[in-house]
Amino acid sequence: MAIGAAKHAASLPERGTPARDGKPLTQRLWAARWCYLFLLPNLVLAGMFTFYPTVMSWYFAFFDWSGFQSDREWIGLDNFREIVADEFFWDAYRRSFLFMLVAVPTQVVLALIVALALNDSSYKLGTFFRTVFFLPVVTSAAIVGIVMTFVFSPFNGPVNKVLLEVGLVDRPVDFLGDPDTALWTVAGVWIWKWFGITMIYWLAALQVVPQELYEAARLDGANRMRLHKDITLPMVFPFAVVIVLITIVGALNVFGLVQTMTGGGPFFASEVMEVYVYRNAFGQSGIPRLGYASAAALFFGITVLGLSLLQGWGLKKANHARAEMTQT
Amino acid sequence: MAIRPRSQPKAPVHATSARGWWRSLGRGSRLRAIVTTAILLPIGFGWIYPFLWTVSAGFKSSGEIFAGLNLIPADPQPENYSRAWTDANIGRYFGNSLITTVASTAIVLVTVSMMGYVLGRYQFPGKKPLIALLAVTVFLPEGYTIIPIFELVNRLGLANSLAGVTLALAGGANVVMVLLFAGYFAQLPKELEEAAVVDGAGFLRVFWEIMLPLSKPIIATTIILQSMQSWNAFLQPLVLTLARPDLRTLAVGIYAFQGQFYTDWSGMAAAATISLAPIVIIFLFLQRYFVEGVAGAVKA
Repeated sequence: MAIGAAKHAASLPERGTPARDGKPLTQRLWAARWCYLFLLPNLVLAGMFTFYPTVMSWYFAFFDWSGFQSDREWIGLDNFREIVADEFFWDAYRRSFLFMLVAVPTQVVLALIVALALNDSSYKLGTFFRTVFFLPVVTSAAIVGIVMTFVFSPFNGPVNKVLLEVGLVDRPVDFLGDPDTALWTVAGVWIWKWFGITMIYWLAALQVVPQELYEAARLDGANRMRLHKDITLPMVFPFAVVIVLITIVGALNVFGLVQTMTGGGPFFASEVMEVYVYRNAFGQSGIPRLGYASAAALFFGITVLGLSLLQGWGLKKANHARAEMTQT
Repeated sequence: MAIRPRSQPKAPVHATSARGWWRSLGRGSRLRAIVTTAILLPIGFGWIYPFLWTVSAGFKSSGEIFAGLNLIPADPQPENYSRAWTDANIGRYFGNSLITTVASTAIVLVTVSMMGYVLGRYQFPGKKPLIALLAVTVFLPEGYTIIPIFELVNRLGLANSLAGVTLALAGGANVVMVLLFAGYFAQLPKELEEAAVVDGAGFLRVFWEIMLPLSKPIIATTIILQSMQSWNAFLQPLVLTLARPDLRTLAVGIYAFQGQFYTDWSGMAAAATISLAPIVIIFLFLQRYFVEGVAGAVKA
């Protein structure tokens, strides 16, 4: 979404009053007074809730600040020094990336397979299944997380009941209470929760593949697998980059599900980055450390930005490759 | 990009009955439809099972919830719902969620459509830097913005009020929605406002009486995306109502409920059902707009 949005913004048509009609600036400003008036409300809201908080969250990272009522003290890079030495930070950091590395490929690939199955216009139940798979997306992550603590409960929760009845396990699995399974249970629920949105992205991407390409290939006797491998995948590849990017950012910022399902536990086993930051800023573990939490979030945010830029570069490459493909 | 089944000119669309449609498929397509359905049906059931289970658990006694997998309660107990609604304050939280969702959606709709209109149809000094600024916001590493937002809301004197939560939910650049409006307004024919201007309509009237009514699809998309975001929001209302339990929204209230009434499983399930139901019902009725809104967002 990010990269596409920026590109889209740059290509907005230039219409209305001509840009340079030789009048002095003050006159042009006055002529456009209504435009500025219309921009104002959103600019004020953006200034208050996007620009100001972003800049301030960087600024706070250089302070020792233990709660909104207390004074803050400038300590330079001390927060960052402490972060680099904090085991819990690096554990959470590693966990966030581990979570992303497992959850994102699983979700993106499975969603593509289902999207390919549903993209067939002659399949009348397509809309029905699309609705079913999209349903968890519209629900609240926090409430879904709470419901899931019941569903995965070791005390006769439905998942354990099914596993016991089928005979896959001998005794109930404590999915969320066992440090070995907690993070992966949350990852499974995360995939289920957001699967539908990735599937919709894929369905949107699949619409751009020209039908003629398929028909021509079919005349050449290619089977379905070949069609997807040779035509669908290369054509949707640029979208794949954007879809993967959006999914990565979502996975790295997971908060509500983890906070409500495990609170980061047991014994920090599922404490991903956002939960670590929340615990340091507002959590029950001792004095709030707002400056320290800001620094940790900033440190992590810069890593994510680096990833996005890398992806943007990949997208450019992919677009280039696709342009060449359609020419030949 | 509409997510409708692609119309295939060669497909016999005249088949009116289900049987006719079924016959019109080739053997391969028929087989594929059967196999696809056979695979997706059980998966789909498992997919929505947690929701069905929650609704059903809300009608069961706490003992029955974990007794079996049967979705139909043996002895329905609707009083679970009334208990959650009054004793656990879910009714109050529901009201808070409703107020903040409706108000923040209204604010976003007004501000975003105005900016989208100007960006889509007018040229003015400073437009290019403005667009660059919007593009930059998408890329900036956000840091932990909830801390400055909390501080700002405090300083505005809106700490611990629904107005503060509403503003925080509505706030932000909302770049994607602005671009959806801008893109839509940009492709409307120029003659529209020229005719109106000849009739003596001013800037405001052109926008309000001609342009805005034409942008209904984008209005629907914006309403859906924003109300979904506001209704489901967790971190902002959680932090902004830390000191005022009576102002909690549903998601925060149920999170607190979980800690407080740990053993009232059926009350929890009833509370969860109450909070999930509105957005799910709206989705089922307007699912086309949901899906197109999400797809439109990725396209932008």
